[in-house]
Amino acid sequence: MRSYLEFEKPVADLEGQIQELRALVDKGEAVDVKDEIEKLEAKAGQALTDLYLKLTAWQKTQVARHPDRPHFVDYVEALIDDFTEMAGDRSFGEDAAIVGGFGRFRGQPVAVIGHEKGADTASRLTHNFGMARPEGYRKAVRLMQTAERFGLPVITLVDTAGAYPGIGAEERGQAEAIARSTDCCLGLGVPNVAVIIGEGGSGGAIAIAATNRVLMLEHAIYSVISPEGAASILWRDSARAQDAATGMKITAQDLLKFKVIDAIVPEPVGGAHRAPAQVIAATGAALDKALGDLAGLGPDELRRVRWDKFLAIGRSL
Amino acid sequence: MNWLTNVVRPKIKSLLTKKDVPENLWIKCPETGEMVFHRDLEANQFVIPASGYHMRMPAKLRLDTLFDGGMWTALALPTVPADPLRFRDERRYVDRLRDARAKTGRDDAVIVGSGTLDGLALTAAVQDFDFMGGSLGMAAGEAIVTGMLAARDKGTPFVLFVASGGARMQEGVLSLMQMPRTTVAVQALRQAKLPYFVVLTNPTTGGVTASYAMLGDVHIAEPGALIGFAGPRVIEQTIREKLPEGFQRAEYLHEHGMVDMVVHRHQIRPTLSRLAHMFMKRDAPGAPGTELAIAEPA
Repeated sequence: MRSYLEFEKPVADLEGQIQELRALVDKGEAVDVKDEIEKLEAKAGQALTDLYLKLTAWQKTQVARHPDRPHFVDYVEALIDDFTEMAGDRSFGEDAAIVGGFGRFRGQPVAVIGHEKGADTASRLTHNFGMARPEGYRKAVRLMQTAERFGLPVITLVDTAGAYPGIGAEERGQAEAIARSTDCCLGLGVPNVAVIIGEGGSGGAIAIAATNRVLMLEHAIYSVISPEGAASILWRDSARAQDAATGMKITAQDLLKFKVIDAIVPEPVGGAHRAPAQVIAATGAALDKALGDLAGLGPDELRRVRWDKFLAIGRSL
Repeated sequence: MNWLTNVVRPKIKSLLTKKDVPENLWIKCPETGEMVFHRDLEANQFVIPASGYHMRMPAKLRLDTLFDGGMWTALALPTVPADPLRFRDERRYVDRLRDARAKTGRDDAVIVGSGTLDGLALTAAVQDFDFMGGSLGMAAGEAIVTGMLAARDKGTPFVLFVASGGARMQEGVLSLMQMPRTTVAVQALRQAKLPYFVVLTNPTTGGVTASYAMLGDVHIAEPGALIGFAGPRVIEQTIREKLPEGFQRAEYLHEHGMVDMVVHRHQIRPTLSRLAHMFMKRDAPGAPGTELAIAEPA
């Protein structure tokens, strides 16, 4: 059963009709509806294409948060061989909101680190909905440093509503953990590439996205604060999230214009969740290209180009 | 413009220009309710004498108090694209900016100055909470980057007095980008082996805490300052319980190992001087009477 977003209702209606017709055929109650089904399919396909050609920022927010959207584990499963997960920050605990480990990307050993939101109730709870605590960021730092020691490129996949706001997280230095992780990304002597695959939520995202290359999926969002958060602070009304999403320019298309990201990875018509294999393959190709561009640069050169890249952001808009 | 016009001379200036009469001559201590005459408060660096409560201190006065003889040179700060998002909520961002500029008399939230501290060359910046909550936007980020890179070029330590509600949402992801941008500048200081001192003042939260404010060689916090990543209200809404007494206050952060010390405002200057001289391998600033170099209030 496919779950539809509210704005997808026209498509949902058409696809519902198709299913009903198919059910009739299966039961042998209808004959000669093949043409009808084909017509409806064409119509539904066109409706979906039209919708996704002009998604608003708020619609993209919903697509980026779609429960069926492929998550970190799906990318690792499809793109990384011999993935070997690592755990713990070696100082307090293990935080499954950020998953990390080592594996082979197209034969090349790499570190892979990213937020995991979970796909059902149990795994969502395990991964705390992708909202990391300090231990998650400290684990990321540890893995990045290990990768650097062994000369392995680092791939990060960003998909978080934000870092977890809780008493324990604050107590153990959430701010410091995020700052150190950003710091580590920026100073790394090996190539690093980030892909915003869903939600890029504020400091919790930048902590693992201050990288040589930043890629973003076509319908992903990347924002300083969630649209709901901005609405409740600036409009004092969280119902204005739609306006906040539009105003804050959080889409991949806007961010490419601002040169905050380097490239957009195309999503299939109807969003990543309609054809996960396709979007994951496109992400693999984009990662391959980005890592290829960076291959051959030494540690100092990698740091220098990374510094220059970030210092240049916003200087020429 | 010659160098003289750049130098801020508080004593002479205050004699020549007629000072605005503050709206409230008596200021109430938020803790005890005690009423304090504004001049007494100013003379005491905005610390309530009896209770020791640290009130917000005007940004410029920070630098006047820090540098020898209250003399410092303001660094020219680069201009940044204004309102890149053409943002408006209930009001237009450009209108909010204009109001903040009129209210504070400065372009944005961060000022940077250079001078000496007990004879040691120093660069320092202050984040002004009165300017849109000290929020970190492109201008503030660029000011901090400029200040840190100036310190590197001049070979001086860098002191940053932080106060901020966090990112400036009206600049969207461009404000978020100030977190890595300022961190690059911190790395430049580190590479040049120049000390970076952070003084955390009330309040310091959000993206500011989660970047340059937590990356100093030394973290000094003012007593009672609220310091954290998520604001208390956000946490309360998330976990739906009351927060413990003293949560996210300077003393709490000290107890949890996030700041090196909680220091009374009067002692911040000598503390910075002592450490800066040590890190720069200079003789101790021994001259007596250096604890306070505060401009006489008019």
